[in-house]
Amino acid sequence: MIEHTDIEETIDQLAQKVNEYLRNKGIVNPVIVGIHTGGVWIAERLRTALGLNSELGKLDISFYRDDFTHVGINPQVKPSHLPFSLDDQHILLVDDVLFTGRTIRAALNELFDYGRPASITLAVLIERDGRELPIQADVAAMHLRLAPHEHIKLQGPDPLILINSENQ
Amino acid sequence: MKRRNIQLDKQGRLRHFLTVEGLSRALLVDILDTAESFAGVTSQSVKKVPLLRGRTVVNLFFEASTRTRTTFELAAKRLSADVLNIHISASATSKGETLLDTLANLEAMQCDMFVVRHDKSGAAHFIASHVAPHISVINAGDGSHAHPTQAMLDMFTIRRHKGDFYPLSVAIVGDIMHSRVARSQIHALTTLGVNEVRVIGPKTLIPRYINTLGVHVFHSLREGIRGVDVVIMLRLQHERMSGALLPSEQEYYHCYGLTEEKLSVAKPDAVVMHPGPINRGVEIDSTVADGPRSVILQQVTHGIAVRMAVMSMALGGQRGASGG
Repeated sequence: MIEHTDIEETIDQLAQKVNEYLRNKGIVNPVIVGIHTGGVWIAERLRTALGLNSELGKLDISFYRDDFTHVGINPQVKPSHLPFSLDDQHILLVDDVLFTGRTIRAALNELFDYGRPASITLAVLIERDGRELPIQADVAAMHLRLAPHEHIKLQGPDPLILINSENQ
Repeated sequence: MKRRNIQLDKQGRLRHFLTVEGLSRALLVDILDTAESFAGVTSQSVKKVPLLRGRTVVNLFFEASTRTRTTFELAAKRLSADVLNIHISASATSKGETLLDTLANLEAMQCDMFVVRHDKSGAAHFIASHVAPHISVINAGDGSHAHPTQAMLDMFTIRRHKGDFYPLSVAIVGDIMHSRVARSQIHALTTLGVNEVRVIGPKTLIPRYINTLGVHVFHSLREGIRGVDVVIMLRLQHERMSGALLPSEQEYYHCYGLTEEKLSVAKPDAVVMHPGPINRGVEIDSTVADGPRSVILQQVTHGIAVRMAVMSMALGGQRGASGG
């Protein structure tokens, strides 16, 4: 288990890397969108660290998941909240852990139902192995190699704690 | 004898939505919560989510309807389902056999959901108990029995305006006798735990058993809506009225038509609802129907989100449930 203090440091590292990445790309003032739930917590902190002006966007990808026919709908779906136009905007998309890539696939589909952004940059706290789709993070604070039955999950919002677990 | 609730699967999830009666408060709240998140879909520039892509929904209407059918159609389309609208004249030939044959044909076309409107009470239950196991049935109104999605969109509208159900007094006014909407509303309101449900109408339009549903009966509109938070007006259903239950529409309006003046005894922030279509000058005055306390058109908008919720709950997770 990684402690709370480490996470805050890791978020600082992520902020620095994102800053550098955006500068190299020539992107100024992107809008920031976090994916429910962990991604929103990280995005809130990144927004402060990067001094971004625009309101935080929140994305709940439940309606875009590819396992709906298997697991059904979760009534606790929080509505997505994107308080800005996405058309021609540079978007900084934030999630906690990049694993199979399916969440990001769903998030991209949903974003495009709101508009046509100029670009999307994907920033994640942790990039772990196990990708099932051709999706990569542009910026990741940490890279982990985990066995298939090992899982890592962010718990929060305050303090933010990373939890390692194993299942069969 | 109490039969197993055919509306639920083995995990207790919604499979058919035929009546509000017998469903738990938790399930009703789930429907409202899910609808709340679908309400946001209309703020997207693409007003569609891909949840039911590749599914086929059949609107099977044995009785005329515009609002209900179009909002079911829009709801299905906003979930990316394909929609088939079939209108079957209820007077055509002998019904029993025709109905089962119709169903068999639609099943052969590999449809996933039947949305059924019928002038006979119990029609949706009958269909649900005869369809293939992978098909969900949604009751869009059967005779004078039930209209569960209408009741849920009304609950959604009440929750949007009033928050908690517990402290509320709700009055339902008019033709309770012939109203499937009223019956479903009463079950929904009592299950959600409102403080008081009142039904108001002439003796001839209030069924005698109504007390067993836990409501208070009033025959005077003025007395009945005193201090209520919500006033639900019902349509006077001429087409269901046989025999001399009412002297005249004018007299009905005089006694039970909602005017600004009569509404003044309700709470100052009371909202006025009506399932539509409204008969202006029969059960409701135009100044009330178009006035600041009327939420009648919001009910229509909410109907889409609520129907999206019910459809996606009934069609989601089926493969998981059967172990696929």
